[in-house]
Amino acid sequence: MPLVLNRRHLLSTGAAAGAAAALPYQRSEGHVISGEVPWAPGDANAPEFLQGDGYQFLTEAEVAFLNAAVARLIPADDLGPGAKEAGATFFIDRQLAGPYGQAAHWYMQGPWETGEKTQGYQSRMSPAELYRTAIKSIDDHCRKTLNSRAFAALSADEQDQTLSGLEKGEIKLTDVDAQTFFDLLLQNTVEGFFSDPLYGGNRDMVGWKLIGFPGARYDYRPYVGKHNQKLTFEPVGITGRPGWNPVKS
Amino acid sequence: MAKKLPSVDVVLVGFGWTGAILGQELTDAGLNVVAIERGGWRDTPTDFAVTFAQDELRYYYRHALFQDPLRETVTFRNSPDQTALPMRKLGSFLPGTGVGGAGIHWNGQTWRFLPSDFAARRHNTERYGAQAIPDTMTIQDWPVNYEELEQYYDRFEYLCGISGKAGNLNGQLVDGGNPFEGARRRDYPNPPMQMVYGPTLFGGAAKEMGYHPFPAPSANMSRAYTNPLGVTLAPCTYCGFCEKYGCGNYSKSSPQTTVIPVLLQKDNFELRTNSEVLRVNRDSSGQRATGVTYVDIQGHEYEQPAEIVILCAYILHNVHLLLVSGIGTPYDPRSGEGAVGRNYAYQIVSSVNAFFDDKVFNPYIGAGALGIAIDDFNGDNFDHAGKGFIGGGYLACWNTNGRPIENHPTPDNTPKWGSKWKSAVAKNYLRTASVSTHGAVMSHRNNYLDLDPTYRNAYGQPLLRMTFDYTDNEMKMSEFLTDRAADIARAMKPREVKVNARKGHYSIVPYQTTHNTGGTVMGDNPRNSVVNRYLQSWDVSNLFVMGAGAFPQNPGYNPTGTIGALTYWAADAIRSQYLKNPGPLVQA
Repeated sequence: MPLVLNRRHLLSTGAAAGAAAALPYQRSEGHVISGEVPWAPGDANAPEFLQGDGYQFLTEAEVAFLNAAVARLIPADDLGPGAKEAGATFFIDRQLAGPYGQAAHWYMQGPWETGEKTQGYQSRMSPAELYRTAIKSIDDHCRKTLNSRAFAALSADEQDQTLSGLEKGEIKLTDVDAQTFFDLLLQNTVEGFFSDPLYGGNRDMVGWKLIGFPGARYDYRPYVGKHNQKLTFEPVGITGRPGWNPVKS
Repeated sequence: MAKKLPSVDVVLVGFGWTGAILGQELTDAGLNVVAIERGGWRDTPTDFAVTFAQDELRYYYRHALFQDPLRETVTFRNSPDQTALPMRKLGSFLPGTGVGGAGIHWNGQTWRFLPSDFAARRHNTERYGAQAIPDTMTIQDWPVNYEELEQYYDRFEYLCGISGKAGNLNGQLVDGGNPFEGARRRDYPNPPMQMVYGPTLFGGAAKEMGYHPFPAPSANMSRAYTNPLGVTLAPCTYCGFCEKYGCGNYSKSSPQTTVIPVLLQKDNFELRTNSEVLRVNRDSSGQRATGVTYVDIQGHEYEQPAEIVILCAYILHNVHLLLVSGIGTPYDPRSGEGAVGRNYAYQIVSSVNAFFDDKVFNPYIGAGALGIAIDDFNGDNFDHAGKGFIGGGYLACWNTNGRPIENHPTPDNTPKWGSKWKSAVAKNYLRTASVSTHGAVMSHRNNYLDLDPTYRNAYGQPLLRMTFDYTDNEMKMSEFLTDRAADIARAMKPREVKVNARKGHYSIVPYQTTHNTGGTVMGDNPRNSVVNRYLQSWDVSNLFVMGAGAFPQNPGYNPTGTIGALTYWAADAIRSQYLKNPGPLVQA
C-alpha cells in the first residue's frame, strides 16, 4: 500500500474533531489544540487556598494525639518552635481531608498482599483511614499498658518510648502496621514543618527560619558568586509574609 | 464502538520531547501530523508560573505534574519467582504525563554517551576477554555508533541551548572540558553556568587528585538564548526548583520552551490532549499498522487511521502499548526468546555527604544541572582489569536544591526525629556539600517487562509488570564509584562524611532516578531487538518507537541527550529514506 503524502487539512474534517475544536479551551476535558498556544485570562492553575481555621477531618482525640506526637517528633526547644507550634496538626488535618488523605491518585485496586518491603505501600487503607485506625490502636495500646492513659496523657519520655516502639516495629497494633503508620506520620510532620505556609503548617515560617531556607524566592543571580558567605534573607512564602501583605480591613 | 476519524499521515502517541521533535520534523516534510497525549495542556504562565512554582509540597510530594497511578501504573517484583504487586504510589521514578511529558520536570542534565558505550559487548570483550561478560548479562552493541549520532546530538543541544564546555573539539582536547567525551563538531551553544561554592570546592579537590573536573552540561540557561527555531529562553535565576518542577522563568529547555510555540502554529499539525491511546491497530496481514484507538476524557473511543504510527510515550508506556497490541514477541526469560520487554535497565546511584563547620554552601541557590562532574570513572575510561565489573558512572557535586522537605542531610548516627535530629538539621543545612555517583546498569536475563497476570489499569488492560534487581556487576561497580566519591569528599576537608552506599535489593520506594531504559531495544536483527537502527519496528515497518526504550543497556549518564539525538536520527531516516520508499529500512 503506497504511503499517501498529499497535504491535507485536518481541522475541517470529522464531526467529532470539528466539534471539539469549536469548544473553548478547558483544562479538564479532552480537546483539540491547533493553530496557536492556548491561553485565556485568569486561567492560572494556582494552588488552592485554605478556607477556615477549624479541623475538618480529625476528631478531638486525634488532635490530642497528634499535638502530642508531633511535639515529640520535632520538639520546641532552645533552637525554637517545634512541629506543634508550626501547626503540623492542622496541616495534617487539611491533608487528610483532601485528595491526599483519600489516596485519590493512588492505585487502590485489589487483590491485596503484604509483599516485600521493596514493593512499597500495599495497605488498602488511604492515609486518612490509616491515621484513624492507627491513632485509635495506639491509644488502646497505651491505655492497656500504661495505666489507662491515652498517648497524649503520657510523659514525654513515655511518649518517646512509644514512638520509638512504633518506629522499630516493636509495638504491634491491631489492624494496622505500626512502622507503615510511623513512617507516614514522620513524613507528614516534616512536611508540616517545612512546606509553604500556604498549607497551614510552617507557621511564621519557623521551619525555614530554623535552617536558613529563604522560601519561595525566584532569583538568586546576584548571590551565585558569593562563595562561602552566609546570606541573610527574610523568608517569604507563596502568599507573601507577615508585615508584607496589606492588612485585611 | 470506536468512531473512525479521517486518516492522517502520521500519528504520534505521546507529546513530550520525542513527540514534539518529530512533530516539528515531519510537518516540515509536509506531512499531516496528529499528536495524541494522555494528559492535559500545560504551559509556563498558567501551570508553573513564578508566583507559585516554588511549591515543594504540591509538585514533588503531591505529584502535581507526574503520571497518575490511579489510571496507569506498573506492578513490580525483584525476581521472576516473586509475585509482582502494584506500585500504588510513585516512588523510585516519576514518569511525566501531559504536554511536555517528563521534559517539564527534568533537571536538565544533558549528556552524550561515550563512543565505547555504543559497543558495550565488543569493546569490553576485546579489552577484557569474553569472560568479563557473564552468561546472564544480555548486553549488546548498539546498531548505531557515536560518529553517526554526533550531528544529531549537536542538533538537540542547539535546540535546547545547552550550557557547557567542550572537552574534545574535532579530536583536539580542550582544557576545562570533559577530556573523555567523543569528538564534537563545535562547542556548546552556551557557556557553562556560573558556579556556586560546593561544586567549585569539589572541582578543586578532584583536580588536585589528578582527575579531570568540568562543568556539567546543563539545559538551564547560562544566558538568554534564541534557538534555531527562533524560540527564546531566558537566563536561569538559580531558584533551585528544577527537577520535579516546571520552570516558571522559561530558563529550562522543555518541549514548551523550545519547539511547541512554533509547531502549534503549523496548519498541518494538531494536538489532542486528555486522550489515552489504548492500542495500535494493524491490518489483517499483521505487518502494517492502520492507526491507533484512543479514548478521550469522557470515555468516547476513537480510531485514528494513519500511514505512519510513532510511539513517543514514556518507555514503560511504549512497551505496554506493544504488548497490549500484540505486536512482536514478548520476552521470555526462561528461553531468552522474544524481544518485547527484553533488556529493561535502570540506573544505580549513591552519594556521600560532606559536613563542614567552617564553610557555607547556601544550597538553595541551585539549578537542576548546576554542578561540576568528573568522568574518570565512567564507561571504560579507566582500567577494569581485576575489578569484577564492567561499566561505570560519573561523579558530581551538584547544587540542585535546598528544598527543605527533601534536602536536610544529617550525619551518621543522628536519630530520625526529636531534638537531636532537629539540631543536626539546623546545624548542617547550610554547611553540607554532597558528591553523588550516577552509575550504568547493564542488561540481564532476569530484568524485563511483560504484562501482569492479575492487576489492571483504569481501562481494563493488564498493567505492565516490571521484574528488576541489581546484579553483582552493578553492586560492585557502585561500591567502587562510592569509594571514589568518598575519597574526593574527604579531600574537600570536611568535619565528617556520611557514605550513602547502595545496599540490598532494588526498591520501588525511594526516589532514585527517572531513567528507565530498554524493553523496545534497538539491534541488528529481530531476535535481539524490537526496532532496527532507525527505531523502526522489525515486525511492522510503518511503526516507529522512540525513547530510552531503545537503549540495549543503560550507560552511566542521564538519558535525555541521547533520546534527543536518536529522535533526530530517526526523523532524518524517515524523511530522507522512508518517505521515498516506504518499507523496512533494514532487511531482517
